[in-house]
Amino acid sequence: MARIRFAGLAKRFDAQVVLAPLELEIAEGEFFTFVGPSGCGKSTLLNLIAGVEAPSSGALYFDEARVDALAPGARDVAMVFQSYALYPHLSVRENIAFPLRVRGTARAEIAREVERVAQVLGLSPLLDRKPRQLSGGQRQRVALGRALVRKPRVFLMDEPLSNLDARLRLEMREELKRLHEAHGITTVYVTHDQEEAMALSQRVAVLNAGRIEQCGTPQAVYADPANLFVAQFLGSPPLNLLEGESPEVVLGVRPADVLVHASPREGATAARVTLLEPTGSDLWVTADWRGSRIKGRAAPGAAPERGATAWLEMPPGRIYAFDRATGTRQRTPA
Amino acid sequence: MRLAALVLLAAYCVAPFLWQVVTSLKPAAELTSLPPLLPTRLTGEHYVAIFTGHPLLRIIANSAVVAVCTTALALVVGALAAYAVSILRVRGRAAILGVVLSVSMFPPIATVSPLFLLLNALGLRDTLAALVLTYSTFSLPLAVWLLANFFDALPRELYVAARVDGCSAFGALWRVVLPLAAPGILAAGLLVFIFAWNEFLFALSFTATEASRTLPVGIALFPGLHEVPYGEIAAASVVATLPVVALAFAFQRRIVEGLTAGAVKG
Repeated sequence: MARIRFAGLAKRFDAQVVLAPLELEIAEGEFFTFVGPSGCGKSTLLNLIAGVEAPSSGALYFDEARVDALAPGARDVAMVFQSYALYPHLSVRENIAFPLRVRGTARAEIAREVERVAQVLGLSPLLDRKPRQLSGGQRQRVALGRALVRKPRVFLMDEPLSNLDARLRLEMREELKRLHEAHGITTVYVTHDQEEAMALSQRVAVLNAGRIEQCGTPQAVYADPANLFVAQFLGSPPLNLLEGESPEVVLGVRPADVLVHASPREGATAARVTLLEPTGSDLWVTADWRGSRIKGRAAPGAAPERGATAWLEMPPGRIYAFDRATGTRQRTPA
Repeated sequence: MRLAALVLLAAYCVAPFLWQVVTSLKPAAELTSLPPLLPTRLTGEHYVAIFTGHPLLRIIANSAVVAVCTTALALVVGALAAYAVSILRVRGRAAILGVVLSVSMFPPIATVSPLFLLLNALGLRDTLAALVLTYSTFSLPLAVWLLANFFDALPRELYVAARVDGCSAFGALWRVVLPLAAPGILAAGLLVFIFAWNEFLFALSFTATEASRTLPVGIALFPGLHEVPYGEIAAASVVATLPVVALAFAFQRRIVEGLTAGAVKG
């Protein structure tokens, strides 16, 4: 286990900045997630930690030791990939044993460790299969097994759940969280899925165009976004945008914070319902309000109808104001 | 219709070879007379003649040594170069591949005399090493391009995974990249082997005696001053062709896979 410290670590390709100088410390045993849209530099960041790419400037520390010049194999990190990257020519057993074999671990110990990991992940009956004979979820488990088998100092995960179907993704998400709690290995997780980031992490950093827009606990970043990008990126369904009274200001409110009533209510504003999206647990209502489209959640018991008028209740404390030009959050109400 | 076209094409390609086989089995008296088109009786006399009157075994051995060594050398150097260009992402990848390709555009005849001087200066004239070096050089562009194509088709994450799991760059090549690119290596190896087995121009120019003479040259030197021993030439040609035909049949599917890999995904 290790604490990870980025000291101005940066990556450029010629003139193009892939990752702006990064100052950040990830605590020992922390589950830390970089979340951002594709192309934001998050995979590059993982490659820099793994040592597969070299930084253009800056330094990277595991605990007190500088590691940015070390070969990947010398850093003692393990990585799980979106594509799983299982070795197709090796059996499940050989895949899991691979990191130990490369390190010249004794045969008996390899066999013991592989059995142990297979037990934990429920892979014991599959040890002699080839990766192509496994389902997506099983492949994912093998990839986890290969990473877990040598108890690395740092776990790197590059969108490990993105190739799974929705149900399996939730199952594996739980399993990842359990594994982290059981082993306490410092984990750096990368995803474009904000919900995954929120559910798994102790802290998240929202990455955009190679820069950290905001960093904090998932709850803090969600409830108190620093700027328009963060507010729009986190939360599902995404933020509603409203015109402010001043042309320099854009207002935003989360659909989850907008309560939709079927009858008039004090403090609520009338709008025409244009779309209903029931999800089972929630009913999302899209309404037309002064030319803007606003999505909100139907209040318990309320049954708004399409084409009818509904009343939207938006708690003033939940309406964020952003500078239109820079996207920066304006803390004093305009 | 399609079948007819295929049969026609196959006949067009196979006919000369069949004619060689027929010729090699004809009695000497019928060789230069037509009719009969087909031999009135089959004879092995030409086959006996080439193995008794000639150092043909030695020449076949020369060819085999040259072809095997060339294949090995071209594959080792080619695989390393392709690995650097394709997976290690050396800077100037396009430029390197361009230069490699341009080398293969050189007409061999233009390089014969400078190479001859060079090999002479190195004391390699009339040695198998001279041929191995020359053939390796000329088959490397093909090997590099073919293997680079193959390595490109491998998911890069496998290389990254191998490195993170503790492999050195060579370790990742040996343990992961090469096993997965085996069909490509087989295809490249076969093509290089066939090239080295068939090559004539350099072999004629750089060899002087049966110490280093290879099959194509050996066969070409069969004709004597006053007569052309067609039967023996045909017999030797059949002997020379058989290994290549056998290889091609054995690995036919792999060659096609190798040549079309990367063309279509999947």
